[in-house]
Amino acid sequence: MHRNSLARVKRVSTPVHILMYAVCIFFAILCLLPFVVMLVNATRNTYQVQQHAFSFVPSKYLMNNFKILNEKDTFHPLTGFMNSMIISAGTTICAVYFSTLTAYALVAYSWKLRGAFFSLILAFLMIPNQVISIGFYQMVYKVHMTNNYLPLILPAIASPSMVFFMRQYMIPSLPLEIVESARVDGCHEFRIFNQIVIPMVKPAMATQGIFCFVASWNQLFLPQILLTHKEKYTMPIMVSLLEGDIYKTEYGAVYLGLALTILPLFLVYFLLSKYIIAGVALGGVKG
Amino acid sequence: MKKGKSFSYARYGYYFSIPFIVAFVIFWLYPILYTAIIGFTDLKGLGKTSFKFLTDPLQNFKTVLTSASFKTALRNTVVIWVINFIPQITFALLFTAWFTSPRCKIRGQGFFKIVFYMPNIMTAATVAVLFQALFSYPTSPMNDLLVKLGIISSPFNFQVSKLSAKLVVAFIQFWMWYGYTMIILISGVLGINPEGFEAAEIDGCTSAQTFFRITIPCLKTILLYTTITAMIGGLNMYDIPRLYLNGGPDNATLTTNVYIYNQAFAGSYMYNRAAAASLIMLLIIAVCSVAVFRMFREKDQRSVDRRRRRLAAHKEVDNA
Repeated sequence: MHRNSLARVKRVSTPVHILMYAVCIFFAILCLLPFVVMLVNATRNTYQVQQHAFSFVPSKYLMNNFKILNEKDTFHPLTGFMNSMIISAGTTICAVYFSTLTAYALVAYSWKLRGAFFSLILAFLMIPNQVISIGFYQMVYKVHMTNNYLPLILPAIASPSMVFFMRQYMIPSLPLEIVESARVDGCHEFRIFNQIVIPMVKPAMATQGIFCFVASWNQLFLPQILLTHKEKYTMPIMVSLLEGDIYKTEYGAVYLGLALTILPLFLVYFLLSKYIIAGVALGGVKG
Repeated sequence: MKKGKSFSYARYGYYFSIPFIVAFVIFWLYPILYTAIIGFTDLKGLGKTSFKFLTDPLQNFKTVLTSASFKTALRNTVVIWVINFIPQITFALLFTAWFTSPRCKIRGQGFFKIVFYMPNIMTAATVAVLFQALFSYPTSPMNDLLVKLGIISSPFNFQVSKLSAKLVVAFIQFWMWYGYTMIILISGVLGINPEGFEAAEIDGCTSAQTFFRITIPCLKTILLYTTITAMIGGLNMYDIPRLYLNGGPDNATLTTNVYIYNQAFAGSYMYNRAAAASLIMLLIIAVCSVAVFRMFREKDQRSVDRRRRRLAAHKEVDNA
């Protein structure tokens, strides 16, 4: 039987197989090459980049490029890093905790307006924040909260897509029987949520947390219109400074600056890539 | 007794939704309504917040819809999205077919998935500036490579040609998203009931037949979902066209979101026109959302109800 089933799977012919590998490897190179070029050029000086912009051989000007970035005093990767960190961490905590809470309200209790509330969440699932930016900017401007991080963090409390995901995750995997028994033991509802429900849905919260963090880290539109003070700039806004005239001829330094802005993401990705890929796949099945 | 108890728990559903609802009203509903109102007013000028309604309420919408640059922006957005999406879905499907077929047995799939998805997670702003450096003129890695390989004899200025500017933006978009689409589709294929594949195998279907007759029809929902979300994402393209060439050359990469930004925040402070343009985009996106909404609503609510009924049945058994 075993032999039989093995024999039944006809493999593709060798040339076709080689072609498949060739295409896969080509696309892998396509994905990696821009980053490799960026990293290599970050170690080369302007003259070298001008002579041969495309090279795989690192040079020895990394520290020199770093000095150039520092001297020009416009691009501050460390400030950008700290600012992005504060905003992304705040956003992630708000989004993950409150989305779980809202999803729990949708799954664990039957209340009259639940259906209507869920419909509302679905309706706002697809609305990106760019389209409401004008009203948002005017509102924030009126209460003098531009250049403040709160208007960038607090909206995360209402994250329709994350509520949707957490709800989809909870419906099959949250044992409401345990919640019932905690109730019988006299546990308060809010404590049940914090001490029993949260530990049970932690994997989903972690996955959503990673995506929320990355999305927040990468966001450009809203921070760009709300933050006008240079010392408040986030990493993606800092990046746009590299296009300015100051760095026009400093090729190596520009590549280094770019590399610095995505270094944290490289680290996160190579540490967590397995979970991230699994998380994307899960989002597809559930969504 | 039982009835009274479950009634009293229902209010926690409201309590726990309060933070969401408050944040939603302040940060979503109010700005949307406010944007909508601004669309009918004369609000413009740096730092201005007071406004009055226009005598012709639709004037901003008319101005936007007849403005040449908005039309160009809308056309560019659609064109760039289509140029990116066709290869994106094609290659995503191709890799999905290869990676899930028992006949291909491609090794290192984990590695390929990680590498293909990687551009998606990187900051779009950084990617845009990086590609600006990679494609610049006359000395850039891309020109250097093409000259070295003998494909072109002298450096080509990718950033003044309207067509190549569009193509590069579309390529970046493709490059950032095909891995994501592929992973979504693979997870969709893995969720298909294997019986269909087994039956196809027994009946002696070729790989291509299995893929087009079984895999694709089973993936219909996920394909539709991917298409619609990608379309909404495409309609909101901002970071890359803005930082790659800031809408240029000659508005060739101007997208609707770059247009909105330029109207409101880049010198002209025409909040009213930007709001009108936002509303037009919102309308287009809403039409797309309704499609998704319809797809998921019915199926979902049923499974919640079923679970609740089962629990209620358990309780009754316990009580008895």
